[in-house]
Amino acid sequence: MTSKSQSLLWRKIALHLALTPLAIIWLFPLWMMMVFSTMPDFGIFSPEIILWPSTNFLANFANLQADTDFIGAMITSVCVATIYTVLSVLLTSMAGWALARYRFFGRSIIIAIILGTITLPFAVVVIPQFIMVAREFRLANTWVALIVPPLFNSLGVLFMRQAFSMMPGELFDAARVEGVKEWQIFLRVALPLARPTMAALAIILFLQSWNNYLWPLLISSKPGTMTAPVALGTLIGLTKVSWGGIMAGAMLLTAPILVVFVFLQRHFIAGISAGAVK
Amino acid sequence: MPIRTRNAYTFLAPYLLVFAAFWVWPIISSFLISFQNTRINPWKYSLSINWGRLFSDPAFYNALYNTLIILVIQVPVMIAIATVMAVLLNSPLLKARSLFRFAFFAPVVVGEVAYAAVFRLMFSYDFGIINKLIAAVGLTPVSWFDNAHAAMALVIIAVTWRWAGYNAIIILAGLQSIPEDVYEAATLDRVSKVQQFFHITLPLLKPIILFCVILSVIGTMQLFTEPFLITNRGGPGGGTETLGLLLYRQGFLSLNFGYASAVAYTMAALAVAISLLNLWIGRDPK
Repeated sequence: MTSKSQSLLWRKIALHLALTPLAIIWLFPLWMMMVFSTMPDFGIFSPEIILWPSTNFLANFANLQADTDFIGAMITSVCVATIYTVLSVLLTSMAGWALARYRFFGRSIIIAIILGTITLPFAVVVIPQFIMVAREFRLANTWVALIVPPLFNSLGVLFMRQAFSMMPGELFDAARVEGVKEWQIFLRVALPLARPTMAALAIILFLQSWNNYLWPLLISSKPGTMTAPVALGTLIGLTKVSWGGIMAGAMLLTAPILVVFVFLQRHFIAGISAGAVK
Repeated sequence: MPIRTRNAYTFLAPYLLVFAAFWVWPIISSFLISFQNTRINPWKYSLSINWGRLFSDPAFYNALYNTLIILVIQVPVMIAIATVMAVLLNSPLLKARSLFRFAFFAPVVVGEVAYAAVFRLMFSYDFGIINKLIAAVGLTPVSWFDNAHAAMALVIIAVTWRWAGYNAIIILAGLQSIPEDVYEAATLDRVSKVQQFFHITLPLLKPIILFCVILSVIGTMQLFTEPFLITNRGGPGGGTETLGLLLYRQGFLSLNFGYASAVAYTMAALAVAISLLNLWIGRDPK
């Protein structure tokens, strides 16, 4: 073996020696989530170190369902996240289209403001949002309250704008010459071309809505509009609940998204790195 | 109005409407509420009631202190780990890349409540796996929830675990946009890999890393779920109470919206100040 290929081999070994422990540490909590969700409570609280899953998942789930209506909350979460995603993709696509494809008065100001809002914490709007939605409009415990206020999304608009501005302008001009209306150009020509970008954005928006905790915690506390993270959160910290049940709930919140993540990694990654791309 | 402008605003209208109703108005409203006494009905303007209280409130200073401590430790540690992850993942020598990528990126999709639950069990004093492992290597188990410093460390560990991969994704995207021939030229000039990292990679990554720092600062600034759910409502005894938690307690448990708005504005001011500071550090040297 030449010294060059030998040094390459050593570099390869060093790289994997550095990465493997880091990867194990990073996967460990997820592994333990699965282990806990399948163990009876006495197993979770036993003095031994248990690192392998057991078979108690269904019993844990039954406990969870008894402590809080988790199936109902999951259904609410799926519906809320789906409606939110569809509306938000539509809204941000329309705005992104306008900002990418028209030169008009106020355009650069609007872009600057949208960029600026990225640095504003949600905390600064949460109190008036709550007062407006819950007290003035009396919309607490409604789907409108869960779905509409979070619709404002800066990164989504910038992401869609990027996608639309990279499309060749002749395409749209040709349609205009044919006399096609602007909104039809948007719906029939631009949107289909932007499908991969919309898919990436939709995944991220769904995930955001699915995992959202603070706003649903404030605005919905009744069965029917209580989302799954809120339902699970109410159990954490109580003493007389089944921890196996809580972990079964955590697993049910996480596992479907993880499975989707495995298959659609590329889209997830595109969606997350969207904000950084100039 | 030119037809183009009208068309553009038709497309922008729904988005701008949501923006106006749920961001612009709340930002103004929050400012106004922070100058009102909201503990009487109807609310009344009382210019210094909340701001005066804020600057003499030990609970506020405690939350501010905790938030800044978490910020100062957590953000640099996480960004460093994320950079290492991204650089290693980007190496052409790596085998089983998708497996490692999965390991680092999986926490990105895990919700705060789910991971809060598992961290609570893992770090429990008597039966938590972490203390069992600590005891197994002969060290003293740590009282993660009863010791303020340990609880703070736990919050930092949890947030770092949850968000390092997220930042690694962004940094990796930045790495992949650096043209390959820059490194080829450096290799021909016999510049070592380590030197290449410090003299080529890091300077070119600077804008991306600053972007990550700003996003992380804003996220950490309003930290709420972790101290709320993992360390049990900011415990022990306010040891992990953050500004986000103080805002929640004042605004939504005590229903003192005025005081909570003053806290919110302090957080926003801090976030803006730190973002500007970062942009100033990242400015192009003339």
